[in-house]
Amino acid sequence: MSKMYHKEKSIQLKSSASALYNNLSVLRIAPRCITYFTVVHANVVNMVSASWDGLNYSHRQLQSKEGNVATSSSLIMQAAWCVLPSRDLLVLTSQKGIQMYESDGSIMVYWHALDTPETPTAKAVFARGIAAVREKYICVGVSSGSVLVFDVPSKGSNITLSEVLEEHKEAITDMASECSGNLECIADLVSADDSGLLCVWKSGEDFQLLNKIPGFDTSCSSVKLWKGTVIAGYGTGQIRLYEGVTGILLAEVNAHARWIYSLDIAPFTGLLISAAEDSWVRVWHLSLTPETNSVEIEHMYNECVTDTQICGARFCDGDGYAFAVTGYDLSEIIRYTQA
Amino acid sequence: MSTRTLPLLFINLGGEMLYILDQRLRAQNIPADKAKKVMNDIITTMFNKKFLEELFKPQELYSKKALRTVFDRLAHASIMRLNQASMDKLYDLMTMAFKYQVLLCPRPKDILLVSFNHMDAIRDFVKDTPGILSQVDETNKQLIEVIYTPLSGGEFQLIRQTLLIFFQDMHIRVSIFLKDKVQNSNGRFVLPTSGPVPYGTHIPGLIRIFSCSGEELRRMQFRDGGNYSATLREGSFEMYGDRVIKLGTNMYSVSRPVETHMSGTSKNSSQHTKVNTTPNPLAKEELNLLARLMGGLEVQKSTNTDSGFRVNLFATDEEEEEALISRPDELSYEVISIQATKDKQTNAALAKIMGEFGETSEPAPSSSSKGDDLLAMMDGL
Repeated sequence: MSKMYHKEKSIQLKSSASALYNNLSVLRIAPRCITYFTVVHANVVNMVSASWDGLNYSHRQLQSKEGNVATSSSLIMQAAWCVLPSRDLLVLTSQKGIQMYESDGSIMVYWHALDTPETPTAKAVFARGIAAVREKYICVGVSSGSVLVFDVPSKGSNITLSEVLEEHKEAITDMASECSGNLECIADLVSADDSGLLCVWKSGEDFQLLNKIPGFDTSCSSVKLWKGTVIAGYGTGQIRLYEGVTGILLAEVNAHARWIYSLDIAPFTGLLISAAEDSWVRVWHLSLTPETNSVEIEHMYNECVTDTQICGARFCDGDGYAFAVTGYDLSEIIRYTQA
Repeated sequence: MSTRTLPLLFINLGGEMLYILDQRLRAQNIPADKAKKVMNDIITTMFNKKFLEELFKPQELYSKKALRTVFDRLAHASIMRLNQASMDKLYDLMTMAFKYQVLLCPRPKDILLVSFNHMDAIRDFVKDTPGILSQVDETNKQLIEVIYTPLSGGEFQLIRQTLLIFFQDMHIRVSIFLKDKVQNSNGRFVLPTSGPVPYGTHIPGLIRIFSCSGEELRRMQFRDGGNYSATLREGSFEMYGDRVIKLGTNMYSVSRPVETHMSGTSKNSSQHTKVNTTPNPLAKEELNLLARLMGGLEVQKSTNTDSGFRVNLFATDEEEEEALISRPDELSYEVISIQATKDKQTNAALAKIMGEFGETSEPAPSSSSKGDDLLAMMDGL
């Protein structure tokens, strides 16, 4: 049986990837036949745009905003594109606050400062966890456990903080919005934290908490929401699938031998990719039957990125035809395409 | 990121430094009493109460430059002298060793076990000197009870991620690692896909499907491609106990020399981006912190200069000289030169700064004149 994926030419980065959860974001721009990638290195975001013919690459680097007080340099925790119907924004979360840029990184349209104490406290302060929800919300998590909900107009910089959701007590690790495109799904957003707690939300003028799924004393580092199913990756290397609204555990996979750093779903086909510190990238196939609340998981593919602790893995398209991977200390984005 | 990283960084790097110095002192046949004095002096300085109080305060990690300065001072806390090349090599070895330990820790929390391995060894170095031993024990206790026991796995992972940013892009090849095949010739560490899984993790391979009522409906196996085995028992997080993990124990002995290769630095050296290359507006703040830290470091003044001696991290003096000349630019450590003990004026400035911080030790916002004095004092000395 031939391999499902084969390795393509890597994209070189200006600096290496830092060991941060979900440290790769991909934006496919079909009309221009290019794909953007972002990878965080300490206080810098490396942005590369790659043309589909493989001939043109251009690089840009974005810095974290230092803030008003000249205290320690601000490290970036995550960078991700938020795709809204009217616009795409690139969101950066750091120790100082949240920056939002136009999708090509050219102009910063919004800055939200976190309440950083004068003297450092034992508990670190930072923002982490980014998701675009429905037509007009961008949600960002904070180390205190708060989830900030920003209202985004269809154009311009009049972005406002509309709500602060306070259900988590531990630092937010990741957030995800429903990605199937199915408007009938009740749950719009899932947020995860360091205790493994998962909160499932319905968006609106006031966000509504649909369910709180308790953790099992293990951090949930990466989370996805597809067809109402929460897919969560944990520090123990396990992946768990929960029915979002009811919180019923549907499946459990002993997927990795180390901390999971990244999950992604290809919404059109149900392919799931998981990547961890153990050097493995694994591709799975999910099929859901909502009527019976049952799930099928089939393991499809393994790729070992030798001597690398993987920190980011994303599908490059909605079918899962191609995926990209980043690793700690690696100055390249490794790409794979279906054979 | 994590504000609790500095103590772990300091203790583990300090521990590695002691392993290396201990090996070199024996390899160079330094008389036992002098060797012991060096080790005792350095450990006493490392565990100086005031110094540790500063260190344990929640704060961001120092820059590489600042930390190197602290270790320079520490290495010279006794009658032993090191030339620039030897100090560079010592620091290379220390940092690469700890980078290796951080990377290979099965769980982020196990970094604490690695720290305990270093602490256990340090305790062993001073077991005959009750005064210093009690200070080491006291620090160990603080580590366990006050600082790290209440932390969650996720918070330990944040500490680990902070440390990994500090060690980012360091690929210096260490002979002992190359020989043991834990490091590749390109300077990157080998990450095995076999061996025991971390405590709390299951061996990959099992998929379980559940019904709505919670019963397991079926289970399947998938081929994970690795060769993992069951977890070992958990190491002890108490004052004394079997740590189980070997990372952080002494890998040197008289017969295993300490060497690093300077040539063949990673192909990516041209893309090497140091985190702090841009002019750092925070330099003053950092120097203030450093001054407070150093103010607490009592440096031994050797009254009898005859008892002083030089330790060489290389096999011969010629090799040491050669290493200094041929060290690649991108690997040079910039060190802040401090002569605080010699200069009465600077001593006064340091004392003033120390005195200005009351019981609560709130760092006063650095007024530009104070910052400038400090900079002037520290640069170009």
